[in-house]
Amino acid sequence: MSFDVPEDRRYLESHEWTTTDGGTVRVGITDFAQDELGDVVFVELPAEGDEVSAGEEFGVVESIKAVSDLVSPVSGTVTGVNEALFDAPELLNQDPYGDGWMLEVEPSSDEEFDGLLTAEEYREKIE
Amino acid sequence: MGLRKPPLREQHASQGASFTEFGGWEMPVEFDSIRTEHAAVRESAGRFDVSHMGEIEVTGPDALALTNRLTTNDVSELDPGDTQYSCITDEEGIILDDTMVFRLPDDGGPHYLFVPNAGHDAEMEDRWIEHRDEWGLDATVRNTTEEWAMFALQGPDAQDIAAEATDGATRDVSRFDATFLDVSGVRCFTSRTGYTGEDGFEFLCPWDDAETVWSALDCQPCGLGSRDTLRLEMGFLLSGEDFHPEEEPRTPYEAGVGWTVDLDTEFVGRDALERVEREGVDERFRGVKLLERGVPRHGYEVVDADGERLGHLTSGTMSPTLGEPIGLGYLSADEAPPGTRVRVLVRGEPKQANVVTPPFIDT
Repeated sequence: MSFDVPEDRRYLESHEWTTTDGGTVRVGITDFAQDELGDVVFVELPAEGDEVSAGEEFGVVESIKAVSDLVSPVSGTVTGVNEALFDAPELLNQDPYGDGWMLEVEPSSDEEFDGLLTAEEYREKIE
Repeated sequence: MGLRKPPLREQHASQGASFTEFGGWEMPVEFDSIRTEHAAVRESAGRFDVSHMGEIEVTGPDALALTNRLTTNDVSELDPGDTQYSCITDEEGIILDDTMVFRLPDDGGPHYLFVPNAGHDAEMEDRWIEHRDEWGLDATVRNTTEEWAMFALQGPDAQDIAAEATDGATRDVSRFDATFLDVSGVRCFTSRTGYTGEDGFEFLCPWDDAETVWSALDCQPCGLGSRDTLRLEMGFLLSGEDFHPEEEPRTPYEAGVGWTVDLDTEFVGRDALERVEREGVDERFRGVKLLERGVPRHGYEVVDADGERLGHLTSGTMSPTLGEPIGLGYLSADEAPPGTRVRVLVRGEPKQANVVTPPFIDT
């Protein structure tokens, strides 16, 4: 089975993605992650203004069968939360890189991206 | 030690199934999605490979006496072709396993077959043999787990699909009855039983004929994931989760299956259970329905408004049928009867919930 791994973002081994275009970044989970989880039924996310830290847990995603922690790829301040997920968590299954995004974060530095996986490196991890 | 594999492991993989370890077996957990498979069983039909379930055959002059003394229900009530849900308890009345006991259609003597849960077959075979020898009974005990494949066909359309596969033979099988009949020419031990709350059948067929029978039961293939959500909505116990001799030791009375205990029979654990029946239980198996966002899970604590502990959950999920978070567990019999408002600690956060009596749905 092959999973969608867009080139325009970076990844964590724990299956989160983030955009890397310099300004505010978005964070979500990968196509592989949503497939592993199965039907997502619940998402717990921080609130706007909260701080997140790279490599640390920022929330939880639950499917019918499992609970998974979400790990932040960057440190910074949450500037946006995808509240649509609270009423329609299935967006994570349907469109994990688009409508299923989770957070917008104002990163405190650009350097943390250097440690993240490229699309190619992430693809190797999940294949 | 490697995992035991059902006969159709590779066929399931080629159908896109993902797998999980359960009771030492590598079993399909999901073919399409739990939601799709769950809905198929509630609305039309689904077929499950449950070949991980054990089969122990007990034959001979004392087959009845042996099985009656090792299970809580009265096996002597069974006529040929009857089935019975029962518990297997230790001296203290703690459930070691729950099981279906079948009296095989008569072929010259009372023969019994019972179905222990995945991974319990060797333990139950040993238990039957040790007690047979200790009591000097004349019975033959055979563990035939790897001779039989087992499939469950469940759902409102199960009748029609089964009739199609058996030239109508299943039309004559009543609820909780069992018989031998042909599925696509394969002799199967067939019972009108299941564990989803829906009407349906369970088929035992020779291991080598598994593919023929599985193919004949043509409907949505389902994995253990949806089997778990379906049984949870019904409040049915899952061995190892809702009871476990070490981690969750429970008597049938606590577990809500006191009706499987017949104190007029002599069985291992009888005296302890008579005491429990007389004195009552401290905790009882209940359902909870969350009134806030969150998903109840195995191990979560249940407390009252002041944070005082009332019990804990042993199973939970987001009910696919109701779209509501539901859980099962053991709560204080006095402090948390059905109708009580409680809090479930979801990762430490108290979430409001109501205590209810399962099942959560009407089928």
